[in-house]
Amino acid sequence: MSQATNGAVLAAEAESREFLVFSLGEEEYAIDILKVQEIRGYENVTRIANAPDFIKGVTNLRGVIVPIVDLRIKFHLESVEYGGQTVVIVVNVADRVVGIVVDGVSDVMTLTPDQIKPAPEFGVTLSSDFLSGLGSLDDRMLVLVDIDKLLTSEEMALVDSTSNR
Amino acid sequence: MDIADFFDTFFEEAEELLADMEQHLLELDIDNPDGEQLNAIFRAAHSIKGGAGTFGFSVLQKTTHIFENLLDHARKGELTLRADLVDTFLETKDIMHEQLDAYRNEEAPDQEAYERICQTLQQIALEEIGQTLEAPAAPPAPLFKTEEPSASSASEHQLVVALLNVSEKDRTLLVEELEQLGEIQTQSGDDKRYEVILNGDSSADDIEAVMCFIIEPEQIEIKVTDRAQTAVPVSAAPTVSTPPAAPVAAEPAAKPQPPVESERKEAAAKPKKAAAESSSIRVSVDKVDQIINLVGELIITQSMLDQTVSDLEDQSVGNSSLQNGMSLLQRNARDLQEAVMSIRMIPMEFVFSRFPRVVRDTAGKLGKEIELVTEGKSTELDKSLVERITDPLTHLVRNSLDHGIEMPDKREALGKPRTGKLTLSARHQGGNILIEVRDDGAGMDRERLLAKARENGLNVSDTMTDEEVYQLIFAPGFSTAEAVTDVSGRGVGMDVVKRNIQGMGGRVEIQSKLGEGTNTRIVLPLTLAILDGMSIKVGGETFILPLSTVLESLQPTKNDMYAMAGDDVVLKVRDEYLPVIAIHEVLDVENAITDPTRSIAVIVQGEGRRYAMLVDELIGQQQVVVKNLEDNYRKVPGISAATILGDGSVALILDITGLHRLSRVKKEAGKIINNQHYSFYKEAEPS
Repeated sequence: MSQATNGAVLAAEAESREFLVFSLGEEEYAIDILKVQEIRGYENVTRIANAPDFIKGVTNLRGVIVPIVDLRIKFHLESVEYGGQTVVIVVNVADRVVGIVVDGVSDVMTLTPDQIKPAPEFGVTLSSDFLSGLGSLDDRMLVLVDIDKLLTSEEMALVDSTSNR
Repeated sequence: MDIADFFDTFFEEAEELLADMEQHLLELDIDNPDGEQLNAIFRAAHSIKGGAGTFGFSVLQKTTHIFENLLDHARKGELTLRADLVDTFLETKDIMHEQLDAYRNEEAPDQEAYERICQTLQQIALEEIGQTLEAPAAPPAPLFKTEEPSASSASEHQLVVALLNVSEKDRTLLVEELEQLGEIQTQSGDDKRYEVILNGDSSADDIEAVMCFIIEPEQIEIKVTDRAQTAVPVSAAPTVSTPPAAPVAAEPAAKPQPPVESERKEAAAKPKKAAAESSSIRVSVDKVDQIINLVGELIITQSMLDQTVSDLEDQSVGNSSLQNGMSLLQRNARDLQEAVMSIRMIPMEFVFSRFPRVVRDTAGKLGKEIELVTEGKSTELDKSLVERITDPLTHLVRNSLDHGIEMPDKREALGKPRTGKLTLSARHQGGNILIEVRDDGAGMDRERLLAKARENGLNVSDTMTDEEVYQLIFAPGFSTAEAVTDVSGRGVGMDVVKRNIQGMGGRVEIQSKLGEGTNTRIVLPLTLAILDGMSIKVGGETFILPLSTVLESLQPTKNDMYAMAGDDVVLKVRDEYLPVIAIHEVLDVENAITDPTRSIAVIVQGEGRRYAMLVDELIGQQQVVVKNLEDNYRKVPGISAATILGDGSVALILDITGLHRLSRVKKEAGKIINNQHYSFYKEAEPS
């Protein structure tokens, strides 16, 4: 292997990013792994009245009160069940800790820039504003979610509109 | 708290200010100085000057004064900054720091450095601005007497030292002292006045300085006479000379004692100072709060464990060492919590200390004579509360001075002392702190308050209790003042005072007697981080009600409930009709008891509004650690905060006022439809 190609590989590796892949129903989504704080089971969630239905409530994460968002409801998935496999991904966005409910976490993938394709303009449920692209991996397609933008967006109602965080 | 504490505070503050100043000086862009930064440097210098002036640190004050003048020119753009000027400024800062250290160690600051830096600064002013600054006053006398060179006038003279009201024991010591300073010619007198005639070259100051270790300066009278004069002073004691036998006898042994003692005193003073320096550290509130949070977690974990252990015991024979361990853990955890909470506590002194000034100024403006008495200054209160109580308290004090205490002439006519007395007191009462503002003024006139209330269109009746009548002064826009004065009638009104105090989880009570005075009592929780709560159950959900808002609870009967205007319901409690708010409707709780006669009505009061809250079940009272919801989520209508229960789950703390608002909003939005189960209420009978 020549110097040049070696360098190119290194450069590509430097630019490649790691994603946590999770499933919502049959679909596969992925978020930047650096945003992920931890993964835990779904339990003991206290409902908050008068909140949108996808906000399941708040839970106690070692003394910190953390809101829990069910992305399956947000994305209008047909079957929303809570069982032993239901997983909460705790993410850190905009100085906040938020838990998102997903059907399952599959693996951690490294994607190089050329594996990330731009997301087409589509979708009413999930605006392409909240996507950082589509990851193509052999015959799999991963929807790369910009979790920062999604969770701080107004439609998620997680952040006070008056606060400028 | 004595003056030494203020010294320490000043030293700490000045140190911070100097550090700030240095940082700003270092960051300063010389070619294009930032006005804000120059202002910051100027302000720091100004603050230090003020403090130094207050405590009589004259060298520091004068240095800062010159520096400040120069900085003033700099910030106005009259002085163009150069690198070497900034260097000089930094040097000035260093010298100020040295001076500060010197004062802290009770030493005289370096006179030479002081003169040099003053000169340099003057020079800069002269060269750069072309004007002399206010000349520094003659090098000030060092504040702390160093080894003052004894003004040893060459000529020997005679001193007549008279000791007034000095006991024989002390006198003996003093005479010995004097023997060190010169040759005693004669000594005579009694306890009242004892004269010693001393030959020698010591100055009167020396003698006074030595004697002050034993007696007060007022007890010494020193006259310097010429050697030539007659040995016997005119004021010669009429009594027979009775030189006490004791001094002679004790002389050899006692002789070296006094100096040793004074040396020891000096030596002792230093280590004490050094110890004081390291006895406190400044820690950011965030760090303390983090510890408080962690301890809160520990407490929760502990109660979870406790629960588990007691469940275990139900099933099998209890393990006594496990039990002992658990109770020990519980006690330690509580102690730890208390100790940690105490870090946040600061004495009321910090609030009270500003009032002498407020009272003096206000009294001066009003032409009244007021004596301020403070009690319980050392009572401790959570820091965040201390910060928030100051404004309401200031308002109450002003109000007392303005409306409570009468003019001196009027007081005299009423047979009261001309000087009015205002007492500020603080003390603990149970889990609360009680702060009182007491005056011996006119007191409140029930009839006048009622008349005024009617005038203002408030709903009052003659049967109201005194307490209720007095509470009227907290109604918005209510004032019985004949004229709006400069003192009250501006700034926050009494309604704001009450709201502020309620915002802190406290309440205000008024006791008053016409002609004798008024006592305004503020009852506050000790801390905001922990709340006394009542846990309630609605459906399967647990909520916490702040205990301070709960008045009573009762089981409503069908006969006490009245439907009003379709979907509103009121509950008759004794003679009062209270609006009813069902938690399960406002907060959409499923599987709750919907039949009001089977639920429990909790009468709550928040911000002066009372209503009956329908809940399924009362669980009990408990202390809860208040957790903010907004950190990771957002403000939730009707909910003030959250807490973590013993089983690790989150319970929401209800916001009484917010719930009332929410219920109205929901009703207006038509979300609560006139449910069928109200149909059995009897119609409100027109009265």
